[in-house]
Amino acid sequence: MAERKYWKSIEERNFDEQAFTAGHSREFQEELPTANDFADLNLDGTNATRRDFLKVLGFSVTAAAVAASCEMPVRKSIPYLIKPDEITPGVANFYASSFYDGSEYGSVLVKTREARPIKIEGNPKSKVTNGGTSAVAQASVLNLYDKYRSRFPKVGGEKSTWEKLDGEVISKLQKIKAEGGAIRILSSSIISPSSKAAIQQFIAAYPGTQHVTYDAVSYDGMLNANEKSFGRRVIPSYYFDKAAVIVSLGADFLGTWLCPVEHCERYARTRKVTQERPEMSRHIQIESYMSMTGGNADTRIVVKPSQEAAAVLYLHSKIVGGESVSLGGIDKELDAVAAELLAAKGKSLVVSGSNDENVQLLVNAINNALGNIGTTIDYAAYYNLKQGNDVQLKALVDDMSAGKIAGLLIYEANPAYNYFEAEKVKDAIAKTDLTVCLNERVDETSILCDYHAPNHHYLEAWNDLEPKNGSYSITQPTIEPLHDTRHASESLLRFAGISTEYYDFIRNNWQSVFASQSAITGFGSFWDYAVQNGVYDKSPEAINVTFAGDVNAAVAAIKGSQSQGGVEVKVYEKVGIRDGRYAGNPWLQELPDPVSKATWDNYAAISYQLAEKLGCSNALFRSEKGFGVLEGRGNGTDTDVIKVVVNNVEFNLPVIIQPGTPQDTIAIALGYGHTQAGKTGTNIGRNVYSLTGLAGNTRTTFATGAKVSRVDGKVYPIAQTQHHHTIDDGLQKRPLVKETTLAEYKKNPHAGNEDREEVLHHLKTLYGYHTYAGHKWAMSIDLNSCFGCGACVIACTAENNVPVVGKDEVRRSREMHWLRIDRYYSGTPDNPSIVFQPMLCQHCENAPCENVCPVSATNHSSDGINQMAYNRCIGTRYCANNCPYKVRRFNWFDYQNADSFKKGTFFDNEHDAAEMNDDLTRMVLNPDVTVRSRGVMEKCTFCVQRIQEGKLKAKKESRKLRDGEVVTACAAACTAGAIVFGNVNDANSEVAKLESNPRTFKVIEEIHTLPAIGYLTKVRNRKEEAKA
Amino acid sequence: MAAYESSIREPLIRGEKNYKQITTDIVRSTEGVPPLSWWLATGVAGTFAIIYILCVGYTLWEGIGVWGLNKTVGWAWDITNFVWWVGIGHAGTLISAVLLLFRQKWRTGINRAAEAMTIFAVICAGQFPLIHMGRLWLGFFIFPAPNSRGPVWVNFNSPLLWDVFAISTYLTVSLLFWYSGLLPDFGTIRDRAKSKWRKAVYNTLSWGWTGSAKHWQRFESLSLVLAGLSTPLVLSVHTIVSFDFATSVIPGWHTTIFPPYFVAGAIFSGFAMVLTLMLIARKTLKLEEYITIAHVESMNKIILLTGSIVGIAYITELFMAWYSGVMYEQYAFYNRALGPYWWAYWSMMTCNVISPQFFWFKKLRRNLYVTFILSITVNIGMWFERFVIIVTSLHRDYLTSSWTYFNPTWVDVMLFVGTLGVFFTLFLLFSRSFPVIAIAEVKSIFKTSSEVAKKKQAERLQRGEDDSRVLDDDHGHEHH
Repeated sequence: MAERKYWKSIEERNFDEQAFTAGHSREFQEELPTANDFADLNLDGTNATRRDFLKVLGFSVTAAAVAASCEMPVRKSIPYLIKPDEITPGVANFYASSFYDGSEYGSVLVKTREARPIKIEGNPKSKVTNGGTSAVAQASVLNLYDKYRSRFPKVGGEKSTWEKLDGEVISKLQKIKAEGGAIRILSSSIISPSSKAAIQQFIAAYPGTQHVTYDAVSYDGMLNANEKSFGRRVIPSYYFDKAAVIVSLGADFLGTWLCPVEHCERYARTRKVTQERPEMSRHIQIESYMSMTGGNADTRIVVKPSQEAAAVLYLHSKIVGGESVSLGGIDKELDAVAAELLAAKGKSLVVSGSNDENVQLLVNAINNALGNIGTTIDYAAYYNLKQGNDVQLKALVDDMSAGKIAGLLIYEANPAYNYFEAEKVKDAIAKTDLTVCLNERVDETSILCDYHAPNHHYLEAWNDLEPKNGSYSITQPTIEPLHDTRHASESLLRFAGISTEYYDFIRNNWQSVFASQSAITGFGSFWDYAVQNGVYDKSPEAINVTFAGDVNAAVAAIKGSQSQGGVEVKVYEKVGIRDGRYAGNPWLQELPDPVSKATWDNYAAISYQLAEKLGCSNALFRSEKGFGVLEGRGNGTDTDVIKVVVNNVEFNLPVIIQPGTPQDTIAIALGYGHTQAGKTGTNIGRNVYSLTGLAGNTRTTFATGAKVSRVDGKVYPIAQTQHHHTIDDGLQKRPLVKETTLAEYKKNPHAGNEDREEVLHHLKTLYGYHTYAGHKWAMSIDLNSCFGCGACVIACTAENNVPVVGKDEVRRSREMHWLRIDRYYSGTPDNPSIVFQPMLCQHCENAPCENVCPVSATNHSSDGINQMAYNRCIGTRYCANNCPYKVRRFNWFDYQNADSFKKGTFFDNEHDAAEMNDDLTRMVLNPDVTVRSRGVMEKCTFCVQRIQEGKLKAKKESRKLRDGEVVTACAAACTAGAIVFGNVNDANSEVAKLESNPRTFKVIEEIHTLPAIGYLTKVRNRKEEAKA
Repeated sequence: MAAYESSIREPLIRGEKNYKQITTDIVRSTEGVPPLSWWLATGVAGTFAIIYILCVGYTLWEGIGVWGLNKTVGWAWDITNFVWWVGIGHAGTLISAVLLLFRQKWRTGINRAAEAMTIFAVICAGQFPLIHMGRLWLGFFIFPAPNSRGPVWVNFNSPLLWDVFAISTYLTVSLLFWYSGLLPDFGTIRDRAKSKWRKAVYNTLSWGWTGSAKHWQRFESLSLVLAGLSTPLVLSVHTIVSFDFATSVIPGWHTTIFPPYFVAGAIFSGFAMVLTLMLIARKTLKLEEYITIAHVESMNKIILLTGSIVGIAYITELFMAWYSGVMYEQYAFYNRALGPYWWAYWSMMTCNVISPQFFWFKKLRRNLYVTFILSITVNIGMWFERFVIIVTSLHRDYLTSSWTYFNPTWVDVMLFVGTLGVFFTLFLLFSRSFPVIAIAEVKSIFKTSSEVAKKKQAERLQRGEDDSRVLDDDHGHEHH
């Protein structure tokens, strides 16, 4: 015993000092149980300690948290390794370019994000379209990402290479050339000088070649008439802005006729009524179907399609003199029209949508007699947009059928769809040895051709355009070609054995344009100037034209063709689908027709009298008042089907009762019934091009002597977005839109809006009003210059990633448009007037939607925006119920593959009606705007992303936001400038000034929602209100 | 409750009963094997309950789009069913709370089943605010709980939030009231139980009830407290539900008459449902002596009263629409009566206003067949009332451009039928495991309101004796 041990307790006595000291170096003196705990994890021998445990715990919790909190992994997003100079991620670039689809032209600015075009804006530097855009120009960006575009060269319908295609085509062309065979290039109107030069190069290489041009909706009658009248086979410029009296005979010049964007912009200038200038044009529309333009007219006269010529003849006799035929009851109205025209000599304008050269010749005679040539009609700045020749096309088809043509090259034309004898074209193509299609898309024609050399989309290509004489325009690419495509003109150059790039070819071609000016020295600078601006204008040489038409022959021809025969059928173009080239575009299919508000279809638009006669009791719009007031359940109901037999062709068509249609007339839209237009356009509606046969030398737009009967027991589902058509609820007229006449307005600027004072007087609150310190965003919409064209609707769709829901969902009244255009008829169902009212979130200060949301997902921003926090929304839909304007839209299904329970992962998403959720089509999405998931409410945000961008820009530059700097997508798209957006807190802003305009009213203001959107009373230049 | 009761008042417990007999009669339904009819009924109801679950699953998987709703009609069958079920629940609360405070003896025969009905109806009602959400998985956003999602909070201005509180409070209080009332009866069942497990289960359910004086005293206090808490709920819950509509701006919804009108309607439909259930229960469970014609007549009187209140409310609405001079309001009511949903409006009017008027006649009031048919009619009418209020107001509101029509889909229909399945499944399970009549409460009126007591009272009167104490204290104490 070395040392005696003293102890105070048993524990101390038994204390093992050595073990204690040894244990002291350890954190825990006892054996840790970790190894046992993790025994089943095979951790034996790892000596896991508390720290290890904590490490494992920390890692696994973090990993679990990371894994769980990222609802969706970010995919397919790769940072730039080397950032391109001009691209800053998150910042949009704009490039000037030019839109041309073979029919409509537009000078545009293309918004690109991270090098992909996502939005089209108007180019204000253009003297033609002047910053305006149409619905189709807005929607054209979606066509770029269309997966039904032709993606690679095809030989015999099989995927091939350009080398093989070029080699085979050239050898066959050479063979034809050697044998002296005939080659034809068939195209829609080509307005590119360089493309025309390329065609000339091709013709030079193959001298047996002729170029045949046709327009699916022909303007040949006009071209012929102008040639006969003035010696020029061109269509002149029409200056609607300079006209005090506008008479349109069936020309839908605001919607589809000629160059609607330019007309719209110029016409709008004459429709803006202010107290300083209480003047506006007087617009008389004489037409045989209810067009959008007709709905906007001050006076509308209804005639049968065959009577349009007679109406021209009648006006001609009154204005110029000569023979006439009576139109019965409407003679008196036409007398008044003639008197008004005579009173406005030199500042009137008569246009006609007819394709009958005799009619157009008389129209020329009338304009000539009125002194309009040179004032409102300008032959110097003529249009190149329409160059088609119907006779040449017929001759070509006949020659091909007779086997006389050895080679056919089709340049952006679809005759197998839009020729009146499509079957004959198909046979003719089969009979032609060499057929090469240069179309961009897979269509009815391209699948028949031996070779398909697919064209670029215009957003991928260089091109030059000359829409009007002297107005040049550059198309510049905004993205690398998505597919293995080649510009059609470059293909022609290759076939001609020229290896120049089309870009260099254009530049070479522009040397002549450069030489014709002296303002800019150096071609490089000149070219850069033109590319940067997108347009280059030079004043066209003045042209003196004198009328030399054979009026007597025309009069005699018209008198001779006055065959009146029973029910007549009129064909027309829709604002969205046009001649059928946009049938594959889901945005445009879902764009409601401005007048009928029908989507995804064409149909027989008939009068309620004819519907009664045919016994169409299921037809929509049914009612004793002809408008559908109080009757019909609207959405979800089916309409009757009628059988129309005309010119030995038989159609079965669903019926829509369209107020304003002549009693014994059926109006049917062209552009439907494709068999090859992608999923969206195929088998939608019926193709009625067979009705556009030749009448004389030109294709007609109507047929007479139709036999019509109801198909018993057959109904058809039609999808409309509006089912009640007037502001009359059956008891009272609701003050949803306000209207007055110019005469009344001159007397009292409050005319039509007199009740507002009392409404405002009654608005009282106990709580006081909220004051907005900085900005308070507001909008003003001029009902007088909204023509209903729908460009804003498509612009909003593109800007805000608004989903397309498809026909079935539209039938269930579930269309998602944040901005819609309400269409209200007034007057009689036989001949109504229309008020178009763009309706979007009113951003109410006292928003009924805000206070009912249980989770505050919708609330008011400090700058007056009624905003939605999608992440917070649980989808009770109370806000939509409580919205008096019904502008809120609910995601009933996962329309956009945005769901957190991603359904497409396991199953197809059957709610993606238009197949828009593949990676290619989704490239069109605006990355600044959230794609909303199922179960979430959405609505107009006043383009808050644009506001934010503007604010940040101003902040960076350390200045205040300027008025007009931030423009919503709808306002930017509105060619007529009907929509003004801005900050009402800035007293000098345009919107603040409009706020106090005596014409301003707010919709159902009496319920004290305090909307931020004011509407300006509709003013019609009309002597008296139509008899109600 | 042994206060004096006139001898000519109709007895509420018929037959030669004593306390033991009462216990036996009532507990009988929970003992032994249920008859075939019960299995069949439960099978049918259970099938629909399963269909309901499948339909909910389908809705959650696909989206609310599988219902017939559209851009203008954002609520239809979902909220109609919600309000209908909540309304039905109200009778239970009224019977258990208000009638308790008013010392209505006839409540004792029906309060248990009525309270159970309340709970099951509220369970069914509560389904709809949940499943009608577009994103149910985020439904917890509606609870004002501290959270890590930034400074987000619920919106106390929203009637939907008030609903959350109203319905959850209602369910909680009703459940407490019902369950605490069951405690002595569970004790009774336990005491009668033969098998070990049965004893154990009911012992647990009874929370160890011994029947001591202290237990009874606490039981009585709790009943009073809960009755006090429930009484305002009878008025407040449906008032708040009516605020879902009344606080909006939609013509046909925006009206101050809604709270009383909704409460009256709720009691109306609730009593009708109690009658439907009790008429079946008294027959199948052989409880005719406890749920007497007198009970039925009392309930029919309430139906007549509340039905007439509802009728006056309908007419007042029409008058106010005209008198207001507001064109939207005028049209909303014109459209109800003569618009495309006229059939719903006139179904409502016929079932709710005209049909209860038959109860002015005593003969009809006491006729079980008439009562049964009318009780169902009333509930059909009350479903239509909610449908009329919700759908016909929404489908044609301010902007004529947005007017639409609502058509239900099969999912809408099956969800409603499915909740009926859920409801009846729960009620059928209840009827075979819990005493459908509150044993202890019925016994409390035995001395004054039973046929036995009445007979003795009459005898005493004939003898010229004081008839206020009719039964000896020891009478009927054989059951322990």
